[in-house]
Amino acid sequence: MSENTQNTPRPSSSLLELTDRTKRRNAAEKRFRAYGIGAIAIGLLMLAVLVFNIVSKGTGAFQQTFITLDVELLESKLDKKGNRDLADIKKVTTFGYSPIIRNAIEAKVTGLGIDTPLKAKAMAGLLSKDAAAQLREFVVANPEKIGDTVEFRFLAQSRVDGYLKGRVIRANIANDKNISSEQLDLVDALVEAGVIAKTFNWDFILGADASDARPEAAGIGVSMMGSLFMMLVVLALALPIGVAASIYLEEFAPQNWLTDIIEVNISNLAAVPSIVFGILGLAVFINYMHLPTSAPLVGGLVLTLMTLPTIIISTRASLKSVPPSIRDAALGVGASKMQAVFHHVLPLAAPGILTGTIIGLAQALGETAPLLLIGMVGFIASNPPQGIAEGLLSPNSAMPAQIFEWAKRADPAFYERAWGGIIILLIFLVTMNTVAVILRRRFERRW
Amino acid sequence: MSFVKLTASTLAIAAVSATAAAARDQVQVAGSSTVLPYASIVAEAFGENFDFPTPVVESGGSSAGLKRFCEGVGENTIDVANASRKIKEKEIKACAEAGVTDIIEVRIGYDGIVFASDINGNGFEYTPTDWFLALSDKVLVDGALVDNPNKTWADVNAAFPAQPIQAFVPGTKHGTREVFEDKVILAGCEATGAFDALLAAAEGDTDKAKHKAAEKACIALRTDGVSVDIDGDYTETLARIESNKDGIGVFGLAFYENNTDKLQVATMSGIVPSTESIATGEYPVSRPLFFYVKKAHIGVIPGLKEYAEFFVSDEVAGSDGPLSEYGLVADPELVKTQEAVAAEATMGGNS
Repeated sequence: MSENTQNTPRPSSSLLELTDRTKRRNAAEKRFRAYGIGAIAIGLLMLAVLVFNIVSKGTGAFQQTFITLDVELLESKLDKKGNRDLADIKKVTTFGYSPIIRNAIEAKVTGLGIDTPLKAKAMAGLLSKDAAAQLREFVVANPEKIGDTVEFRFLAQSRVDGYLKGRVIRANIANDKNISSEQLDLVDALVEAGVIAKTFNWDFILGADASDARPEAAGIGVSMMGSLFMMLVVLALALPIGVAASIYLEEFAPQNWLTDIIEVNISNLAAVPSIVFGILGLAVFINYMHLPTSAPLVGGLVLTLMTLPTIIISTRASLKSVPPSIRDAALGVGASKMQAVFHHVLPLAAPGILTGTIIGLAQALGETAPLLLIGMVGFIASNPPQGIAEGLLSPNSAMPAQIFEWAKRADPAFYERAWGGIIILLIFLVTMNTVAVILRRRFERRW
Repeated sequence: MSFVKLTASTLAIAAVSATAAAARDQVQVAGSSTVLPYASIVAEAFGENFDFPTPVVESGGSSAGLKRFCEGVGENTIDVANASRKIKEKEIKACAEAGVTDIIEVRIGYDGIVFASDINGNGFEYTPTDWFLALSDKVLVDGALVDNPNKTWADVNAAFPAQPIQAFVPGTKHGTREVFEDKVILAGCEATGAFDALLAAAEGDTDKAKHKAAEKACIALRTDGVSVDIDGDYTETLARIESNKDGIGVFGLAFYENNTDKLQVATMSGIVPSTESIATGEYPVSRPLFFYVKKAHIGVIPGLKEYAEFFVSDEVAGSDGPLSEYGLVADPELVKTQEAVAAEATMGGNS
């Protein structure tokens, strides 16, 4: 039997003619490439859908409708005693300013000769509730202007704004108590007269959060400051601690079971869900150390815990990639171990460390979950911080927390702002990541 | 090494200022997400009209807010808890144990709970009975309690279209859920006679215990996917209805009034919900909203008493004020509340 096998002629193989097996292998490879291209295509499609969605829903937030009116600052309403005493002027609350606004819009409408069945109160309904606050702020700051007529640019109410942006359409307003079709007629007439106009809205980027009654006045600026202060805390703490820890672990620590355990735990820490750090922050920083709630300092501390493992891991990787010959050379000419590390290894590893830090910061910037637990979500970002100490300690929100908060609110105008906030947040993240890539490309050395 | 020095000095500054800024100068509020819009409207107006900084308002739910409220007295605890229900005996006890003894209860007004569906779908005219028959775990059929067999609204009430029952109700952590159970499901339970059947079957030593057990059995909702608990906010309920046109959701009146282009509201026992019909008591499903003030913080936290007084003042919480414009039903006894706040009258009368 064995003889029989040996005598069988070997199958002839030609380089020009493919065997079945080769054909199968080639086909398998082609299929795999197709799968790969398919996977990338699906990924790109998802990205395109996401970007399209964000841009189409969010760009509206960067435009806002304004109404320009000449307001007569009546002395009889704003300063009854006529003595220009600031204490007396301050006693007039924003509610006391509504008749003045009513007069102003009524005068404008009659001045333009627009015919409308609306009463002055309904006309004033086109304006944001922010108008009275804006007016009062101006009068308190410039009491000498009382009695004059001053031109103001007021925000329009969110429904009017939505009408100009196409979000509110006439067919759907039958049950809406915030706007009527007569009011929309007036809006059309005022747009024609150039009184109502849509312009770029800096207040969205720089302004403070606003309550549910006036979504048109809400901005992301103050929470941006909150995010900035948190990132400062993270940078000031996570970078030195992380770098020091990784230099010690990489260059000085002996290789034994203790360092092994530490290493495993750092990797584990990097995978801990962020909400866990939030609970930890609540228990340690707020309940035990009695730091103030809702403060960016506490947020920064919590995010530091979250960012540390990322920075340690990337720093160790970049220290490791510095060739040992450089250390040996430094030690060979008589440098101490510390000199070798700080004069030679660390500068060479710096681009990698920076890249890791920036990516860690970008991750922390987009984090919401831990902030939920330390009181940074809610109606908070309404006072712009004055100075560094207040920026760290007075209550504030953060950009992702603000977006989360807006997405929860009832008025559809807040929804638009949530998408607008996402655009701003994404711009930050993309910028940070691009800087990280550029740094790595420019300064990283390969051996 | 200058970087290290810089970092060290930054940390030192932060540490020093942390102790310096311990004196908190803004009012801190937390609690019910139903009260949050109203509280934020008041906080904003308060910041504009007074020389105090704008109060900080967090949400998280009535229970979570009251829990934080009862953590103790001091600048690290909140000053005001918003609640969409009355504080419970248990919570008052927990408060007292932590040293929070003098609590001022302030009722700000009433909030309506409405049933709404997709604007292009069928309209409904409900009674509590319909909801009980649609959602209860067990219903009475020919005098016997059986698992709820109803699949469409037509099964519940012949006047309704044969639309599959799909309800999105607030999860159990919401204060709204309790009102929905009490004013709708339990009312329907009693009206259909299921309550008596359950009472007869209930186990318990005393009549009171039996009564309680029957009530508990009444409000048990079916778990076959027809009724879905929404633990998030009303925006989530709205999103569910947008993706499932048969869905009926439970909303606050103010939320519905801000989304009239997407939702149509159902009547309850023939009454259309509105601030007027709720104020007169015709519309049955409503509840009072409260906030609770820690008396020990008045005089310590600047602006706390002014905030509370401003909240219940006529120009804010009155029937023409910004709160009622947003959807709050003004309290007819607001004057009494104003007097109580001015006198700092605490719960239990020991002011």
